[in-house]
Amino acid sequence: MANWLLEGGRVVDPATGRDGRFDLLVVDGKIAEVRAVGGAGGRGANGAKRRKPPAGVTVIDVSGLIVVPGLVDMHVHLRDPGMEHKETIDTGTRAAAAGGFTTLACMPNTDPKNDGLAVTEYIVAEARRRGVVNVVPIGCVSKGSRGEELAEIGDMVRAGAVAVSDDGAPVSTAFLMRMALEYTRFFDIPVIDHCEDRSLSASGVMNEGPVSTALGLKGIPRASESVAVARDLALAEMTGGRLHLAHLSTRASLEEVRRARARGVRVTCEATPHHLILTDKAVAESSYDPNTKMNPPLRAEDDRDALVEGLRDGTIDAIATDHAPHHDDEKLVEFDDAPFGIVGLETAVPLVYDRLVRSGQITLTRFVEVLALNPARILGLAKGTLAEGADADITVIDPARVRTVDPKRFQSRSRNTPFGGWKLRGWPVLTMVGGKIAHDADASPRR
Amino acid sequence: METIPVIDRAGGRLEAARRPRKRPGGTTPAAARAAAASVAAAPQAREGAAAQPLTSLAKRHLLGIQGLEADEITLILDTARAMAEVGTRSIKKVPALRGKTIVNFFMEPSTRTRSSFEIAEKRLSADTLNFAPSSSSVSKGESLLDTARNLEAMAPDMIVIRHKASGAPHFLARHCRSNIINAGDGTHEHPTQALLDAFTIRERKGRIKGLKVTIVGDLTHSRVLRSNLFLLATLGATVQVCGPPTLVPVGIQELGATVHTRIEPALEGADVIMMLRIQRERQQGGAFPSAREYFNLYGLTRERVARARPDAIIMHPGPMNRGVEIDSVVADGPGSVILEQVANGVSVRMAVLYLLAGGTLGELAS
Repeated sequence: MANWLLEGGRVVDPATGRDGRFDLLVVDGKIAEVRAVGGAGGRGANGAKRRKPPAGVTVIDVSGLIVVPGLVDMHVHLRDPGMEHKETIDTGTRAAAAGGFTTLACMPNTDPKNDGLAVTEYIVAEARRRGVVNVVPIGCVSKGSRGEELAEIGDMVRAGAVAVSDDGAPVSTAFLMRMALEYTRFFDIPVIDHCEDRSLSASGVMNEGPVSTALGLKGIPRASESVAVARDLALAEMTGGRLHLAHLSTRASLEEVRRARARGVRVTCEATPHHLILTDKAVAESSYDPNTKMNPPLRAEDDRDALVEGLRDGTIDAIATDHAPHHDDEKLVEFDDAPFGIVGLETAVPLVYDRLVRSGQITLTRFVEVLALNPARILGLAKGTLAEGADADITVIDPARVRTVDPKRFQSRSRNTPFGGWKLRGWPVLTMVGGKIAHDADASPRR
Repeated sequence: METIPVIDRAGGRLEAARRPRKRPGGTTPAAARAAAASVAAAPQAREGAAAQPLTSLAKRHLLGIQGLEADEITLILDTARAMAEVGTRSIKKVPALRGKTIVNFFMEPSTRTRSSFEIAEKRLSADTLNFAPSSSSVSKGESLLDTARNLEAMAPDMIVIRHKASGAPHFLARHCRSNIINAGDGTHEHPTQALLDAFTIRERKGRIKGLKVTIVGDLTHSRVLRSNLFLLATLGATVQVCGPPTLVPVGIQELGATVHTRIEPALEGADVIMMLRIQRERQQGGAFPSAREYFNLYGLTRERVARARPDAIIMHPGPMNRGVEIDSVVADGPGSVILEQVANGVSVRMAVLYLLAGGTLGELAS
C-alpha cells in the first residue's frame, strides 16, 4: 500500500482541536503522524531544510489547500439494488469521491427495500467490490417500509446497518415510532425519521405560500413537518431512544428541537445544502424546473435564515445531501408528475464552502463538524477525524479553485440538480479513503 | 411615469397607456415599421408626440398575464377591438395568418376555450390542427417531452396548450421553437380568459383603472382568478376576493387582493362581480360540507347583488353551476354579461394570435 506525506496544508480537525499548518503522514491506510509545519524536523524558522520523507512515502504538496477529515454524508440514496438506471453503488461512490465524501450512509428505499439481512449483506458486499468510498447501510424501520411491523433490525445491524429509517416515507404511526425508538435502544442506533404528516402534505409539490399560490402549484405546509417533529420528540422523550431528524426545513421544526434538547431529549438533526441555500422562489425563477422539486420542499427566506442560524448555533448537527438521483426520463416531465429529489454529492462542498463559509456565515471548523465529525458520531463510526491512528480518510479542498457546476461532468449516473451553471469557489481536489486515492482533480502537484 | 391618454374610435377615453419602457433587444425593424405605420393609421388619437404607444408585442409566448406590462395588455385589448369588427362582416375572415400552422393541444376537456381559439384561428386564415388526449399518443403513455418534440418536428408556428399541470406551457416553451399560448394550465393561469374579461369590462365600463372588482368562489383552484388578479392589479383596479377560508390560498393578498371570507361586505359598492366555478370534487376534499351550504353562504343571489353598485356587471368564466355559486335569476338577469364574455373571447384570441405572429396594430388598422 502506498504511503503518503500530505505536506504544508491547513489541517482543520475539530476532534483534536487542530487548526493550522500540519504535515500528515499516512502509512498503511492510517494517519501515522500529524506534525506542525515548522516544528521539530520541519522547515525551521531559520530556513533549515525540510525533513526528508521516510523511504516509500510519496509526498503530495498541499500547501495553500485545506486538509480535513474525509467527509461523511449520512443521507444518500444509492438506488442499488433495483433502480440502477438512476444510480449504482459504483457510480454513487464515485460521485461521493469526486465530491469529497469518504463515507456514505445509504437509505433503504431500494427495490427490494433494505429491510432484512439479504439486502444489507448485498449492499455491504457490493460496496466492498465496487465502491470507492465507505458505504454503511441504513435499514428499514418496518418490513417493506410499510409502517406495519418492525423489520428484523438485529439481523441488519449484525450485517453492518448503522441506523434505521423508513426514509422516502415517514414512520407512519406514532405507535410504530414508539416501538422503533424502544427496540433500537438495545443496539444503541438512531432512528432516522423523515418528518411529514402526509394528511397535511397530501399531493403538494412545493412549499405552501405566496409562491405556490402565484404558480398554482399545490402547497406543502410547514406544519406537515413540524407536527411530525413534535410527535417524534415526545416519543423520544418517553422512550429514551435515539432520534435523528432528517433534512429539517422549517423554523418551527428547529424550535421544537431546541425546546426538546433543553428537556434532555436525545435528538440530533440534519439539514441539506439546498435548504440552506435556496428558497421556494427558485421554483418560480426557474419557471417550474422539476429540479427544484424535492421533499421537504424548498421553503421561504425566513426558514432558510433559521436553518443557517441553527447551523451556526449548534441546533443542526449535520449537513447531509439527501442525494436523490433520478433519470432524466423521470425528471423531465410536468412539475406535478416529477419525482421529488435532487443529486447532491458533487455540489455539496463547493455550495457550503462558497455560500456559507466564504460568506462568513459558518467557520471552517463548523464546516468540518457538520460534514464529518458529527455525522460520524451520530452513526457511531470511528470517522470524521485526522487523529493519529485513525483511518486515512482525507478530503483536500482548494479554497481558491473556481468552477462552474456542469452536470454533464458528474460521476453520478443522474444529473438532476438545480445548481447547473452556478459558479462556485472552493472545490474538493483530492479524496483519500483508507490511504487510497479515490479521486484526484489534478490540482495536487506531486513530487 | 408619463401617461398618454388613449382615445378609442368612438371617442370615449379608454385607458391611460403607460409610456413604453425600454425593452430588451431594442427596436426591431418590424417594430420600427409598425411604429411608422401606426403614426399613419393609428386608431388612437395621441396627445404629445414624445411617447409612442406600443403597437407590437415583443414577446414570443403568452405563458401568463404575470410578466406582461400594462401597455402590452392595453395593446392586446386595443387590437381585440379592431378584431371584433371582423366578426361583424359577412365574410368573417382576414388573411393575417395565412400559411401559418397552429396546433390546438388540449390535454384537458374544454368546450368554450377550444372552440373560441379555433374560430379565432380560422378567422385569421391559419391552418389548424386539433389534438386531444383520447385521439393522441398521450393515451399510449407518451411523455409530454416526446409529444412536444414530435409536434415540433412538424414545425407548427404556434401551439395553443391546455393542460392539467401548472407550468406545462413553460415546459413546452423550453423545448419548442413555436410560439406557445397558454389556454389554461392547472391552477396557475388562463391568460386569454383574463384578457377577454378585461375586454368585456372595458367595453361595458369604458375603463379598468379605479374600478372595484369582486371575485367570489374557489380561489385556491382557480387559474381564472390568478390571471385576473395579475391583470387587474397591473391595470389599476381594486380587487376584493372572497371565498370560504378553506378555499383561500396562502399569501393571495400578496398578489394584490383584499381578502374577505363573507360575501356581503365583499360585494359592497362593486362595479364588477366575477363568480368562479365551484368544482364539486372539492367538496369531497373537505373544503366545504355541501353544495347547499355553499350556496347559502356564498351563492350570488339577487339580494346579495343589491349590495353592489346598481350598474354592476356580473361575470362568470363558465361552465356555471346554477344554484351552487350563482342563482339562475342573477345569471340570466340584467347585469349579466356572461355570454358577452364568450363572444369577446374570439376577438381577444384573434388579437393574441395576431400579435404573437408579429402583427401590429397599425397594419391592422390600415
